[in-house]
Amino acid sequence: MTSNYNFAFLDENTKRMLRRALLKAVAIPGYQVPFGSREMPLPYGWGTGGIQLTAALLGPDDVLKVIDQGADDTTNAVNIRRFFARVAGVATTERTTEASVIQTRHRIPETPLREDQILVFQVPEPEPLRTLEPREAETRTLHALADYGLMHVKLYEDIAQYGHIATSYDYPVLVDGRFLTSPSPIPKFDNPKLDHSPALMLFGAGREKRLYAIPPYTRVESLAFDDHPFEIQRWEHQCEMCGSDESYLDEVVVDDRGSRMFVCSDTDYCDQHRAEQAA
Amino acid sequence: MSALLQVRGLSHHYGHRIGCQDVSFDLHPGELLCIVGESGSGKSTLLKTAAAQLTPSSGSVRYHQRDGGWLDLDELSEADRRRLAREEWGFVTQNPRDGLRLNVSAGANVAERLMALGMRNYGQLRDIARGWLERVEIDPSRIDDAPTAFSGGMQQRLQIARTLVTQPRLVFMDEPTAGLDVSVQARILDLLRRLVNELGLAAVMVTHDLAVARLLASRTMVMQGGRVVETGLTDQILDDPQHPYTQLLVSSVLTT
Repeated sequence: MTSNYNFAFLDENTKRMLRRALLKAVAIPGYQVPFGSREMPLPYGWGTGGIQLTAALLGPDDVLKVIDQGADDTTNAVNIRRFFARVAGVATTERTTEASVIQTRHRIPETPLREDQILVFQVPEPEPLRTLEPREAETRTLHALADYGLMHVKLYEDIAQYGHIATSYDYPVLVDGRFLTSPSPIPKFDNPKLDHSPALMLFGAGREKRLYAIPPYTRVESLAFDDHPFEIQRWEHQCEMCGSDESYLDEVVVDDRGSRMFVCSDTDYCDQHRAEQAA
Repeated sequence: MSALLQVRGLSHHYGHRIGCQDVSFDLHPGELLCIVGESGSGKSTLLKTAAAQLTPSSGSVRYHQRDGGWLDLDELSEADRRRLAREEWGFVTQNPRDGLRLNVSAGANVAERLMALGMRNYGQLRDIARGWLERVEIDPSRIDDAPTAFSGGMQQRLQIARTLVTQPRLVFMDEPTAGLDVSVQARILDLLRRLVNELGLAAVMVTHDLAVARLLASRTMVMQGGRVVETGLTDQILDDPQHPYTQLLVSSVLTT
């Protein structure tokens, strides 16, 4: 751990401001709380929101895991993990079960989370209505009045154009029957994991300066039509590394002749599953 | 019969300028009232103020609810105002591109208000949208086309379908036929007359076209400089204008 920075990079007052905002977010599930987003030593869009939340949460005894699209070994994940190892000196891990704080970009781990774990999401666009309504004042009013018919216009368009709800990631959810919320760009495969999750889920958008939360055991519904219910992705393949047929699969191109393979996007889950089968 | 909308001494000022000044009228269920006058006479301001889109500088607007109670629009919260605008009222703008959602299909435009009211059955929404496209004489097979692919007249008819789909009790229309060519105007007016009769809705329509008033409205108000100068039965006003300005307006219509 380097001694040139305060513990976990941010100064104590900033962390205090973040914790206050987080408490408010937990108190009002799904509500976007504004916060004073700080300049971080990496660009917007690389997870500045998630990093600030993680910095505010970490204590010396925490064990941190960082994933990017499910993988522990991608650039974003490796750098953020190394960053906190340096500025906070916390232990890091790639094992989902060992972590107390998990920062994630675009996935929820396959391994079920526990009550003593916190999941921190990196969010590019916290406002699910933004593509339909560009005015911030208007979207806030719509949230205040729970006037969410607009979101169904988008789903309607999907069905009209593609025959089914084609939105496959960042699939809008209604949290605790009240606030329409973006689950961050996780695949809709992960949406059911949000519902009544034992782990606290926190969402940080650094550029947009908003954070929000889904507290443990909160009802989270994915929007749908009566005759076009919510469905998650399915594959005709199994993971070619571990043989799992229930995890989210990535399609990987393996050569320049069009060969491809399907593998688990959650690297830790894949490793564990392989170890189990070898045993 | 009791009025649906009661406007009393309504004024709206833009700073020192008068938008509309001291206007009073009653609108009864099933009635179509036309507001005529030249450009800049305060017609649209009056319409928007009556529809609670602008805050009145003075005066009051009261709306007779379905349950029989009177609602003072001044005391309405933003939530109630939006609920009213969504469930019981409709607003048709002069430029259909202002009233439509251009980046979604025609079907979604028609169905939007229904979805806002909580309808969550896709098949049902499609059926209703198709039915309404047919009613406003748009080929139902174009349900998935973008409104931008429609002609001006079709866009205006689409906007009318989108507004009337929830069967509002009261519709405000701001020159719905302006900017369209004469044959298209005639079709839309015909359509409006039919729908107003079928649905028994009350409407306030702003127009600068006296022929439109003659065709549709039972009563007409003539405005000049933000004030109402003459009001009465449409035929009476057009055939026997009393106020000099109305006389000028009537005599300036080209007759063929």
